[in-house]
Amino acid sequence: MSDLTLMLIRIAFLCVLWLFVIMAVGVIRTDLLGPAKSKSKRSKRSEERRTSAPARPARAPRGRRNEPRSLVVTKGPLAGTSLNLTSQPIVIGRANDATLVINDDYASGRHARIFSDEGRWVVEDLGSTNGTYLGQQRLTRPQPISVGQPIRIGKTVLELRK
Amino acid sequence: MTTEAPTQLPPVKRRNAELVMTVFAVALTLFAMVEAGLTRNGEMPASLFVYGVLFGGLALLAHLFIRFFAPWSDPLLLPLATLLNGLGIAMLWRLFEATGDTSRGSALDQLILTAASMAVFAAVVYFLKEPRTLQRYPYIMALSAVVLLLLPAIPGLGMTVNGARQWINLGVTTLQPSEFAKIALVIFLAGYMVSKRDVMALASRQIKVGPVKVLDLPRARDTAPMAVMWGFCIIVLVILMNDLGTSLMLFGTFLAMIYVATHRANWLVIGLTAFFGACAAIYPFVPHFRVRMVTWLEAFRPDVYCTDEAMANPDSFCNTLGNSQQLVQGLFALAEGGMTGTGLGGGKPGYVPEVQNDFIFAAFGEELGLAGIMVMLLSMALLVERGMRIALASKELFIKMFASGISFLIAFQTFVVIGGVTRVIPMTGATIPFVAKGGSALLSSWIMLALLMRMSNNARKPAPQAIQDEGATQVISR
Repeated sequence: MSDLTLMLIRIAFLCVLWLFVIMAVGVIRTDLLGPAKSKSKRSKRSEERRTSAPARPARAPRGRRNEPRSLVVTKGPLAGTSLNLTSQPIVIGRANDATLVINDDYASGRHARIFSDEGRWVVEDLGSTNGTYLGQQRLTRPQPISVGQPIRIGKTVLELRK
Repeated sequence: MTTEAPTQLPPVKRRNAELVMTVFAVALTLFAMVEAGLTRNGEMPASLFVYGVLFGGLALLAHLFIRFFAPWSDPLLLPLATLLNGLGIAMLWRLFEATGDTSRGSALDQLILTAASMAVFAAVVYFLKEPRTLQRYPYIMALSAVVLLLLPAIPGLGMTVNGARQWINLGVTTLQPSEFAKIALVIFLAGYMVSKRDVMALASRQIKVGPVKVLDLPRARDTAPMAVMWGFCIIVLVILMNDLGTSLMLFGTFLAMIYVATHRANWLVIGLTAFFGACAAIYPFVPHFRVRMVTWLEAFRPDVYCTDEAMANPDSFCNTLGNSQQLVQGLFALAEGGMTGTGLGGGKPGYVPEVQNDFIFAAFGEELGLAGIMVMLLSMALLVERGMRIALASKELFIKMFASGISFLIAFQTFVVIGGVTRVIPMTGATIPFVAKGGSALLSSWIMLALLMRMSNNARKPAPQAIQDEGATQVISR
């Protein structure tokens, strides 16, 4: 192996190392500028596919499969948070000992409770100041809820999910 | 009309970018081995195929695992870790296998440890679905951190290697528990700061000199965690266990996290004053600490560096107390490397004692030169930057503190090692994350990566869309 070849290999290796760093920085670019243009076209197509998806006939609910398994926050400061449902009741509020602590100016300390009653999930307002809404209706007594029904507490909206 | 918060990461998965970068990182590792083999022995390494299949297979498995179980995580974390780990393996191969001397370590061992670490990585990502559950156990975490840090001090169990009492002997294998203690400590600090940040940020007393406000002092009772941490770092780690590296790293991370939580520089002033004041105060009384400082400040003194004459004199500094040979040889190696290095396999890093541990950085400096080690430093920096992005993008305070704490930990660990090798700070016993030889260090690095991976997955995952959109939210105001 001649010295020249070795030197070329050495320089080539360093160049490739730097190429790696440059590529890594290129990957980060999406952080600043968002996904590239060509990508957005593709995602639009997949969006179309997604919107057409619900047109498929929904499968008939089967036994346990239709039971909600998690509680997700769809709006408000905690949007994106999800809690797994267990047999334990879930207390929602601003107090530190609530199961789901929401940092929402319009929520009370212990605002509402979601619990399981013979396989059905029930939401109950715990005497909050601003009320708990199921859809547009303010809760006056415990009411059963199903998957996808929005429960609103202040600026936070929650839903049960399968 | 929704305006996205500027810290929000775009909801893109970019798993294919991750795949390409990971394959690239594996290819770089193999390229490094080819270069080392050609330079040293004039032929392609015979075991190249084995390493390629094993290391490449591991990296691909990790990628596939992420694709299925954490699909929204940051696409750069895995490639960067793979590159650093792979370069470490290639360098160990060049140091041991290529020279035919595998008595002090081998690249194959490192590869096996990498496999084990990646398995733990996968387990952490898989089982820790919500890192916020760790918030529930801050004091258990604090206790386990302390126990782990103190384990090496137990007679019979602890081992002293190269002057630092950092290891425990488990019979079958040795372990460096401080590597895991630091993760537990970050969890504790994150949980603690979340509950105490308001009082630490707001309650204070102003110190005035005349009309000028000099410093905001926190109330005495709020300084308790600082005092405990300081006492622990100085008394236990520096005085009892001679482990300056871990001490610096943990205290640095602690200060960074307290600053992140409270936004107040006075904590940094107090902490740094206390730490360096204590170091100055114990200097005359703790002999092993003094030796450490002398070998740093006067590394080139003949009797510290240990020339042949000094070696012949039994009373000289290096024959009685310790020497700076490792540090000085490391600096010579870095100088030998210059800008572009001698090429992998072309240098003589074997002159540096214990080059496979923290001084592996000197070996890289000699053979890849400044251009090469800048790539490694940039990879580290990018890894830390991604961690900080995760902290910014997360919504929960605990996750913010946790992710930034882990990023600071990686950054400080790198700084402490490389600062030691380049004689910016006293030499310490820590290891560069992912690169250096050692199972504990590798394992804890991959665990930190798993935690970051899971947190980034949760932070970037788009929020579930409402199934029934019932119009604008009513807000009752009065």
